[in-house]
Amino acid sequence: MIKQINFGKLFFAFALVLLLAGIVFGLLAAYVYLKPDFLKDSLGFAALRPLHVSFVVFWIILGATASVISGMQLINPSAFTSKTVALQIVLWLIAIIGIVMGYFKQEFGGREYWEFNPIWALPIALSWLLFLYNFLKGALKIKNWPVYIWMWMTGIIFFLFTFLENYLWIFPYFRENFITDMTIQWKVNGSLVGSWNQIIYGTAFFLMDRISGNHKVGYSKLSFAIFFLGMFNLMFNWGHHIYTLPTESYIRYVGYGVSMTEWIFFFRIVYLWRNTLNSICTNYHYYPYRFIMASDFWILLNLIQALLMSIPALNIYTHGTHVTVAHAMGTTIGINSMILFAACFIYFSNYTKTYNKSNKLLNISFWLVQISLLVFWLSLNIAGIKKGIWQVTNSKVVHYNMMKSLLPWFQTFTISGLILMLSMGFLCITILFHYFKNIMTEKES
Amino acid sequence: MKIKPAYIFIGLCLCFLTYSFSIYIHPIYAKADANIIVNKAVNGRLVWQKYNCQSCHQLYGLGGYLGTDLTNIYSAKGKGEIFIKAVISTGNYTMPAYHLSENEMTDLMEFFKQTNQSGRADYNNFTIYNNGMIERK
Repeated sequence: MIKQINFGKLFFAFALVLLLAGIVFGLLAAYVYLKPDFLKDSLGFAALRPLHVSFVVFWIILGATASVISGMQLINPSAFTSKTVALQIVLWLIAIIGIVMGYFKQEFGGREYWEFNPIWALPIALSWLLFLYNFLKGALKIKNWPVYIWMWMTGIIFFLFTFLENYLWIFPYFRENFITDMTIQWKVNGSLVGSWNQIIYGTAFFLMDRISGNHKVGYSKLSFAIFFLGMFNLMFNWGHHIYTLPTESYIRYVGYGVSMTEWIFFFRIVYLWRNTLNSICTNYHYYPYRFIMASDFWILLNLIQALLMSIPALNIYTHGTHVTVAHAMGTTIGINSMILFAACFIYFSNYTKTYNKSNKLLNISFWLVQISLLVFWLSLNIAGIKKGIWQVTNSKVVHYNMMKSLLPWFQTFTISGLILMLSMGFLCITILFHYFKNIMTEKES
Repeated sequence: MKIKPAYIFIGLCLCFLTYSFSIYIHPIYAKADANIIVNKAVNGRLVWQKYNCQSCHQLYGLGGYLGTDLTNIYSAKGKGEIFIKAVISTGNYTMPAYHLSENEMTDLMEFFKQTNQSGRADYNNFTIYNNGMIERK
């Protein structure tokens, strides 16, 4: 029975359901910016925000898990078929049900992005440990690893390490010194994002390897150099989150110096741009490729933004503002979600073959996602820059009035958020519909 | 000479662990502030988390952006302990009223005292150097 289950697809389906929930709560949370007393005395922003963030973060983490499982099964069909993979999904289910119930009952206790009671971190950590075990069981059978296997392993190991580090605050020793506590909190948040990025960028690499049929790239020196540079940034660039925190100077200098090495990624993308454009024209009809190319566009845009934000002299204008939110949205939706959609369209392609042809509704959805995300991203950036100027110039305008002056931009980001929700929702439902339809057909036959 | 990826991977991991532990040991040599009751401030941070204050508020610009930055609320002109307690108990146009126990309120106040004494979170008081780095004046 267990061997008949395709865990890669099951994880993808689970992740897509979480994304649907995440975007609905995102829209509700955005509406609070327009009507501050919306659900104030019931759920309130205190619960809406973590509901949105947790669902979306879990979409990315479980989508990344699904990508690794599906990829490993393509390399070795016997990988990820044991009962321990089923246990992985059961543990996630237990954690997510507990977390969501807690949020609805206004029971928090955790920290930003992980606001749930720390008890629910246990099934997540255990599930991740099993993921590492199952991954290594399959990967160690492969001789001479291509770069994407290295990236997957790095992401899985560092996610586990930083997720556990995320709970050091449980020990009073770490909470006694407020500045150290904050430093570790943002060290963790930076590295956790870097960890899932390693898995997702590894997936993009793997998908391009399969689409192009050029397997040499995965072994080239340049690919490995880029991988190690990414890993180096995962480990040491988080200092750019806390330039204004009065922590030790060396932490800020390390963060600044390491972040600036990301210019190499930028110059590489610009250098390869002409080739990329040519291949977009050739492969535009193929949905997975189209999503990968969309992610390339968002990488460029967000990389420019990240590089500018990592310069401390500019960071004081963007820190604590919606520019940071724009960056988070641009990377999680524009980069991570686009790559995960590409993976979904590839791995579900055995019963979604029509996706390779022109499909009007999917085309419209694809472009609506890109355009609404751009408007969403720009409106958040403008709101953020206006707030940044307010806080740096020590304006006499009070916070309430400053927020009121940003209302047109909040309206723009809510309306574009609604379009984004509908278009992304359509993509999710289309894939899920085909997935469940196929399961029903298989059962009947 | 060909360097195996595994060696670079292990080397980077060792650097990362060394860097991480160099941060973990900061509290050992950090100066304790005599004016703060550390136990209460430590519990106060848990109160902050219990009510998910970070969802709307920031400390050193880190947190949610619906509300204000509370790092120096304890010493802000026209604000302070009485003001904070009043807002928490009655709420305002965005924030619902919270019914904290007396102990929770005391611990939270000690936490705000601690955040306030840790430094300034205003952004208009930095020197910008030619290399792009900033230092608080």
